[in-house]
Order: sequence, then structure tokens, then C-alpha cells
Amino acid sequence: MKQQGLESKLSACSLEEADKCLFEYLHAEIVNYVLATTSDNKDGEEELSRLEWMGFSVGYRIIERLTKEWARFKEELDMIKFICTDFWTCLYHKQIDNLRTNHHGVYVLHDNEFRLLANIGANGSQQYLRESPRLLAFTCGLLRGSLANLGIVSTVKAEVSALPSCKFNVQVQRI
Amino acid sequence: MSKTRLDQKKVNSELFTLTYGALVAQLLKDYENVEDVNKQLERMGYNMGIRLIEDFLARTGCGRCYDFKDTAEKIQMGFKIFLGITPTITNWSPAGDEFSLCFEVNPLTEFVELPDHCLNLKYCNILTGVLRGACEMVQMEIACWFVQDQLKNDSTTELRVKFIKRLEDAIPAGDD
Repeated sequence: MKQQGLESKLSACSLEEADKCLFEYLHAEIVNYVLATTSDNKDGEEELSRLEWMGFSVGYRIIERLTKEWARFKEELDMIKFICTDFWTCLYHKQIDNLRTNHHGVYVLHDNEFRLLANIGANGSQQYLRESPRLLAFTCGLLRGSLANLGIVSTVKAEVSALPSCKFNVQVQRI
Repeated sequence: MSKTRLDQKKVNSELFTLTYGALVAQLLKDYENVEDVNKQLERMGYNMGIRLIEDFLARTGCGRCYDFKDTAEKIQMGFKIFLGITPTITNWSPAGDEFSLCFEVNPLTEFVELPDHCLNLKYCNILTGVLRGACEMVQMEIACWFVQDQLKNDSTTELRVKFIKRLEDAIPAGDD
């Protein structure tokens, strides 16, 4: 009887839920590793470029697999929209809440409840604000990498003013 | 959750696989010695394991293990929950303190081929750390290592688990 209860509980928790926490723990370990093995740069900021680079390589690969049987996107804006909706939903379980652009290569992606920040502070908490950039560097790289594989060279920066919301600034490099 | 044109489950597990791959690649770049990479992976797995066990217990509502056979089944269940695979439990030692987990498929190695200079790399070593960490949190000391690896042309991936000892509850000083 007891065993049966367990079985039904197990089938209730879906696979994707599980994978979700696994990624979060792994991400946390990667952040820890990078912080433990680098010293701060000369401005006294944490040196996060290796995190960004890992994100880049993941983004570059994952977008290639996702879109391999798709028709080409027509415009830059279509790609950005795809990133904000389908792509973000798969990776971070919700869409980007707000997308702004100046139509000259600057896009601001605003996520009101970013998944990797959601567990460290809710409702505008300021407590871990100083530490939050380290949780965003990987995703910045991931964005940059996925755009790169779609043919957009860019720089991506993240900005947090109140947890758990954050903004990703994408600046497209025009040649 | 909003609808999407992509297979969300698949993307999620690919995200994990690729992120792990990026980590291993970075470690290989950072350390000269492959042994150090193995060690680092194990340590990271340990840190994940001591946190994952809480998720596992909360989700399954499992109680204490009756014996090591029970432990083996729960570890198997853990793989089902977290990685979506069910390794087979085989090769029990006569004393019942050692068993093997055999993996036909391993999501961690989905897109992986080992180059020749990485023959000593235990690509999935994070798993050994996860098991050790998780078991330690439920008062069990185990040892865990790979005996076969599909990445090294073995027919299956075999993870050996050995029971070392039961850890006693530590009682804080002056609190009896």
C-alpha cells in the first residue's frame, strides 16, 4: 500500500520539473567554481568572463539544435522575438515580459521574475543585490551565443535593480 | 506555462547536458592534469548531492532505508526522477555491501566523444560525487567509482557503489 502511494507520487512529478532543479544546482556549482578559482579584476569587480564564455558555448550549440529544421528568420527582430518567447520559455519557463528596442540595434529584454534569481530574493528584495551579477553572467553568454549562431554579433549585459527582476541589454554590433 | 513550438522537456535536458559539457571543457582548459579534473567534478557533484537529497526526500516522501538493497532501489529511483533514466541494479557482492548500476543510456554523454588525450578523464565523475554527497546526508558513507564506460568503448556504463559505514548522528556538545 505504502509502495503504491510512492509510485503515484513519482508519476505526478514530471521529468521536466526534475531537470529544472538539476540545471539550477549545476549552475550554482559552476558559479562557485568560477568564483573560487579567479581573483577579482582591477576594478574590484568579480571576474566572470569564464562564466560568460561557458554560457556562450551552450547558447551557440543549443540554438543550432533547436532551429535546425526551421526556415530562416527574415529579420533581426524576428530572431529576437523568438528568443524572447519560445526559447526563453523552454530554458527559463516563462516568456520575457517586456521587449523594447530603439530600432537601431539596441534591445532591452526585461524579465520580471528571472528563474535563476527567483529563489534568492522576492518582491524587490535588496539583500543579495551585490551578488546577483554572478548569477546572470552565464545567461548573458547564453544569449550572446544563441544570437551569434543566428548571425547576430552582439554584446549582452545584464542589469538588476530589484530582485528577482532583471534586464538584459543586447547591443547588436553592426559591421 | 505558455505554449511553444519547441519540445520543452527535450530542450531542458539538452540545456543540462550542454551546460555540463561546457563545464568539463572549461575544467580541461583550467587544469593541466586530467586527474585534477576528475577530482574537481567529484567535488562539485558532492556539493550538488548534499542539496539534491533534500529535493529527493521532499518529492518522494521516502523514509529511512531498511538495508543496502533498499538504498540501491532508492538510488535507482533518484536517477529516474532527476535524469529520467532507470539504471539496472546488478552484480551484488556476496556480503551485500556492493552493487553496480548499469546504464544503457546516459543523458550526460549524449553528444560526447572523448579525444585521445582524455583517456583518463572520467567524464561522468560528477555522478559519483552526487551519490556520495546524497548518501552522506542520510548518514551513510559510501564509495563510488566507474568500472566501465561507454565513452571508452565498453558495452555499458557501470557505476560501482560500496557501503563503507553508517555515520552516527553527531550530538552537539553539551546537548544530551
